[in-house]
Formats: sequence, C-alpha cells, structure tokens
Amino acid sequence: MMKNVVEVRGLTVVRGGRGVLDSLDLTIGGGVTGLLGPSGCGKTTLMRAIVGVQRTAGGEVRVLGAPAGSKGLRDRIGYVTQAASVYDDLTVAENLRFFARVLGADPGEVDAAVDAVDLADHRDVVVGRLSGGQRSRASLAVALLRHPDLLVLDEPTVGLDPVLRRDLWRLFHRLADAGAAVLVSSHVMDEAERCDRLLLMREGRILADDTPDGLRQRTGGADIEAAFLALVDAEAAA
Amino acid sequence: MNARILLGVTVRVLLQLRRDHRTLAMLMLLPCLLMSLLWWMYEDVPGESMFDRVGPALLAMFPFIVMFLVTSVTTLRERSSGTLERLLAMPTGKLDFLGGYALAFGLVAAVQSALAVGVSVGLLGLEITGPLWLLTVVSVADAVLGSALGLFVSAFAQTEFQAVQFMPALVIPQILLCGLFIPRDRLPDVLEVISDALPLSYAVDAMTQLTVSSSTGEVWSDLAVVAAFAVAVLALGAATLRRRTA
Repeated sequence: MMKNVVEVRGLTVVRGGRGVLDSLDLTIGGGVTGLLGPSGCGKTTLMRAIVGVQRTAGGEVRVLGAPAGSKGLRDRIGYVTQAASVYDDLTVAENLRFFARVLGADPGEVDAAVDAVDLADHRDVVVGRLSGGQRSRASLAVALLRHPDLLVLDEPTVGLDPVLRRDLWRLFHRLADAGAAVLVSSHVMDEAERCDRLLLMREGRILADDTPDGLRQRTGGADIEAAFLALVDAEAAA
Repeated sequence: MNARILLGVTVRVLLQLRRDHRTLAMLMLLPCLLMSLLWWMYEDVPGESMFDRVGPALLAMFPFIVMFLVTSVTTLRERSSGTLERLLAMPTGKLDFLGGYALAFGLVAAVQSALAVGVSVGLLGLEITGPLWLLTVVSVADAVLGSALGLFVSAFAQTEFQAVQFMPALVIPQILLCGLFIPRDRLPDVLEVISDALPLSYAVDAMTQLTVSSSTGEVWSDLAVVAAFAVAVLALGAATLRRRTA
C-alpha cells in the first residue's frame, strides 16, 4: 500500500477576500480517514483542493504523486460533493451509464455500483423522484465507477438512517481494504469512531491528526467530541 | 477531444429531452404553428405575398431563439447542480462538453426545421427556389449558433430568471436589425454597420436568398459567416468553463 496518497504543503485558499485555509500541511494515507470539524471550518474547501477543482492562493497539493487536478488523476479519483451531482431527469442506471461512458468504465460496472449503494430496487427510477438520501447514494455510486484509487466523500452520510449509515461505513472499509484511500468528511463527531485515522479541523487549521484511540488517550476525553473540546480549550489556554 | 465522451454527452442530453415530453412537443410543434399563424395573418393582404417575404426570416429565427433559451437554462442548471464540476473533474474536455451539447441541439434543430419547412412549403405554399436541404443546413447552423450563445451567457447568470433575461438583451436587437422589418441597406448607416456585425443578419440573408434564387454561392458565404460566429462564441463559452473555481 502506498504511504502517502495525498500530500498537502502550505496550502492557502482565499475565498471572497477571506482566508479559508492558511498554510495547511497534512498527509493522507491508505485506509479510511475521517475529516471532522464543525460546518464552515474548511473541510469542503480542502477536499476540493485535493480533487483539483479549487482555486488556490498558495502551497502544493500532490495526489498519488502528481499535482492535484492534473490530467492523469481525473479517472483515478472518485469525488462526491455534498449536493448530489447527478441528473434529476435521468434514472439511476442512466446516470451511471452516462458517467461510466465519460470515465471509460466497463458498462458492467454500472450494476455493481448500484448494488454497492443499495439502490438496486430503484435503478430504473428517475433520480428526481428519489428521497434525499437515495439521491446522495446515487451520486456516491458514480464515484465508485472505475475503482478509483482515492475516494473523496464530502458528508456522504448526512440525513441517512442508522442502518444505511452503518452499511455505507462498511462499504467505505471494504473499499479501503481493497486498496483505495478513502477520505470522508463529517460534522457529526460520533462517526469518528468508524475511521482508521482522524483529522480534526477547526477554522481552517488541523487541530489533531491521530487514530481515534490515540486521540482519546492523548486528551483523556471519553469520546471524540470531548477530545475535540479538550483540544480547543488547550489551544485557547496556550 | 474525445469522441466517446462527446457522443456520451449528446446521447445523455437527448435522453433528458426525450423524458421531457412537453418541451419536446413544443420544440417540434411551435414553429409549425407559428408559421401557420404568419400565413393566416397575410391571407387577406392582396399583392406581393408578404408570407413569402417574412416566412424565411422566421424560419431562421426559430432554431436560433429556441436553442438559445434551452441551452442557457440547461447549462446553467448543469453549473448550479454540480454536475458540470463533476464532469470537469473527470476526463471530460471542455470541447467534449460543448460539442456534445451543440451536436444534440443541432440534431433537434434539424428535425424541428424539417417539420417547419415541410409545413411551410408543403401546406402553406411558401415559395422556395433554392434546394430545400440547404434550408435545413442553415437552420442547423442557426441552432448551433443559438446554443453557443446560450451557453456563453449561462456563465454570466446566477439564476434561471437572469439567464432568460439575456434573450431581450442579445436576441431581440438581432431580430430588429436582421432585415425583417426594414431591408438592411435602408437602415441608418450606424445601424447598418451594427447589423453587418450581427450573426442573425447572415442567417436571415441566407434563408431569404434561398427563397428568391437557385444560385447557392451567396448562401454558402452567409452560412460560413454564421458558422464562424458559432465557433467563435463556442470558444468564448469554453473559456467560461473552468476546472478550478473559487
């Protein structure tokens, strides 16, 4: 397995005259990495920079050894935005067939991706008629096409029921076990326990980079939320 | 450019359109109905057939206006829903995306104009001296031009309301100055120069030429101008598609 799938050095992003990320350094390896922090802390901006769709003001992002956004990476990264980026007026299967064609994926992968997100019963339903959770799973299915080496998932489990959330986390681990690096963001701290590694983020900076166990031990917090608060307090006191 | 992706976009756009029965019916029927209305308007006017004079200009305008509106709204939707960003993060080239749309709407325009021309010539007795197939070629060029312009303005609109407002801003002046209301050489000098710089003028000239003459030389040169405009605007549209955004 590769050591560092993503390397970020000195990444600075300014949006609307406001600094969102200020000289950020971090690395992301294999397994499931959770990017946790309150909403508005810069998670989405960081993910966009990794995918290569964010205009940056400085620093360097390298993915799988190449500069983020470079041509050779475009069919190796699966990216799911918070808004479901699928066509409302096409069925689940039609959406997947279209994106499979764009990616040059085998048409046979469409069914596998639909099954992976548990939408087989809805494969011929127009996306606009699906529930919010189903739509975001349709969007997730697109990201699974062509077995990407890196999956960047922006809050993929928001608004899903507990059973589906559990199933999706199992899927993320299956993908990671198969060799993909998975980066999942969430603002729900209880999802942190399901990650191999955590990046806690606040106001555009990384507060902590550790395993869930390591984080609890280091801060003496009972759970990740307590650990997060302890880190914020410690920083305020310093 | 990647033919697989370009055709993928075309097929997908046509699939979306096929599902939207109302839009499809309006795209196909409205030009025919409007041509019939025009014919009816002039039915009691004696002397030179006004229908023969105005009809060709209208045939040039339908594909232009309709495709302008449809494209500006659909590509705006594509920008705001995040699907454009997703496509550009994938191996999609800008020209694959634009070409895919242009091809899809070009095909729709070909069918639309075949119907409108069929009704106008077959039922309403519009006199066309030049070859009929060339009329369809001009229509397709108009449609591609409208698509290109619609795509370009979608970059400057944040909402669909704004996108639709570009129609009075960019399309109606072209309709006023294209020679439909007053022959272009009788416009005040300044307006004539402006008219010479607007693509719809050439599209209407080409259609009019086809009705009065069987020589196609001028039609082809007008067509070349329309095509050149379409390519130039598509290039401008491509410049508005950014892989990296703020």
